[in-house]
Amino acid sequence: MSIDSNTVRKIARLARLKVTDEDVAYYGPQINGILKWVEQLQDVNTDNVEPLASVSQIDLHLRTDIVNDGNKADDVLRNAPEKMEGFFVVPKIVE
Amino acid sequence: MSLVHLTLADAIKKLRAKEISSVELTKAHLEQMEKFRTLNAFITETPELALQQAAQSDARLKDGTARALEGIPLGIKDLYCTKDIQTTAGSKILEGFIPAYESTVSQKLLDAGGVTLGKLNLDEFAMGSANTTSGYGNVLSPWKPNDGRNLPLTPGGSSGGSSAAVSAFMCMGATGTDTGGSIRQPAAFTGTVGIKPTYGRCSRWGIVAFASSLDQAGPFARTVEDCAILLREMSGYDEKDSTSAKVDVPDFTKSLIPDMKGLRVGIPKEYRMEGMPEEIEKLWQKGITWMRDAGAEIVDVSLPHTKYALPVYYIIAPAEASSNLARYDGVRYGLRVEGENLIETYENTRAQGFGREVKRRIMIGTYVLSAGYYDAYYTKAQKVRRLILNDFIEAYKKCDVLLTPATPSAAFAIGENEDDPIKMYLNDVFTVTVNLAGLPGMSVPVGLSSNGLPLGLQLIGKAFDEETVFRAGFALEQAAQFNALTEMIKKAA
Repeated sequence: MSIDSNTVRKIARLARLKVTDEDVAYYGPQINGILKWVEQLQDVNTDNVEPLASVSQIDLHLRTDIVNDGNKADDVLRNAPEKMEGFFVVPKIVE
Repeated sequence: MSLVHLTLADAIKKLRAKEISSVELTKAHLEQMEKFRTLNAFITETPELALQQAAQSDARLKDGTARALEGIPLGIKDLYCTKDIQTTAGSKILEGFIPAYESTVSQKLLDAGGVTLGKLNLDEFAMGSANTTSGYGNVLSPWKPNDGRNLPLTPGGSSGGSSAAVSAFMCMGATGTDTGGSIRQPAAFTGTVGIKPTYGRCSRWGIVAFASSLDQAGPFARTVEDCAILLREMSGYDEKDSTSAKVDVPDFTKSLIPDMKGLRVGIPKEYRMEGMPEEIEKLWQKGITWMRDAGAEIVDVSLPHTKYALPVYYIIAPAEASSNLARYDGVRYGLRVEGENLIETYENTRAQGFGREVKRRIMIGTYVLSAGYYDAYYTKAQKVRRLILNDFIEAYKKCDVLLTPATPSAAFAIGENEDDPIKMYLNDVFTVTVNLAGLPGMSVPVGLSSNGLPLGLQLIGKAFDEETVFRAGFALEQAAQFNALTEMIKKAA
């Protein structure tokens, strides 16, 4: 299946990537090429096959519900592009 | 002979015998880094820190409290978060990011007495096979072809800084990460040894995430023994990584016996790819002979779903990447490019901060996970992934370790394969199955191509059986007697 330039724009929007017309012309054929290439998977019979999300066979263990980390506000904010009085600063969201 | 030409194992012995000091050894490496700076292997060099650590190591060597890697100069792939040292993941979106914490694996190396020379270049977010997607410039291989072409060669990717630095003797060992072949392919391209251990053997905590169900840390070095020493120190359970395995870490150096008696080496017929250069096939045959001569029984096996591994990978890895890279939003760390509103700030930041390869993979991942396509692409890929794992489980009923080529060709020139992403992806055709199945795989240099460039063979083991991989790798190394790397670098220096 082939995707058109509107779909490329829609994907970019979902992925929060600003794209120009030039970008759409560049990525469109590449994404189509890859999608066409992966279509060969449809040749494989996967009836009654369980999807494999991870090879890890570890059961997640529970730990005691106690605070074992924290008080690191300065570390957390250390690399913030903009901060003020212990908060991240972002552009205005609510008008 | 310069101190940089020592193996890591020999350097440990000489340091303990007080024949050399860590400060001397570190200085020799800092000089070598200067000599080969044009390769662009490092994004950040930390010479002052290195000399300070080396002096501390010398004090410990003196007072008898030396640890396993005391005073050994190492390079760290810039995907590992290092406390108070810039960590970029090869991306402009993280330029200037100074972690407040140290990754578990790099901390283990520090705790073992390792000396940090700096942070090694890589493909952006480890996405690439030639180290040409880094936001900090291409990395060059120290190797030159002998056919008269003076083209700069790729050191492979994504751990291209690691392979270039180890092959140019700028460090005694380096860390890498391997999601689809990013340790084994660069090792093969540069005549070095690299191992991706079993998924879960090393903690992923503090390593910038690419595709979490595939990413694994591992070492690069110039000998199998040196890799065994490094992996032993890097491995182990970590409660901060829920996928790290609670299994004992054997001393891998104990597996280095140049004898394969009682072991069955499987040869998967599907790794004989159409269009594969004859010299790769010949080298593989040579490897089979060496294994047989070392006492192994050779067994033909089949991994029927091999050809589907790359398409599976290029659905699963971008899907996981698109989720993992959602965190780069310009709010908490990294680059921010302001927009009219929050959404536009996200979009501007990510458009400017990410390179083209990364953006393409994020978009593919977003598409295959989107409503209406999830089952057709993502679930389908996960099902075929199960079949690939089952292939290995079946094969290991007949053998103990697999022997395959590491790459379908020797290193190519920088700029080649850039026009077509699928052509670039084919580099990982022999390595990517191992990540999908979570198995250990090691690349060992065994010969030269017709134009004088290194070629490697790959050993693939059962889950958590790195010991057999090391044993077979050591036997291969002993038989191949690959000395071309040292000769090349002495000429180049």
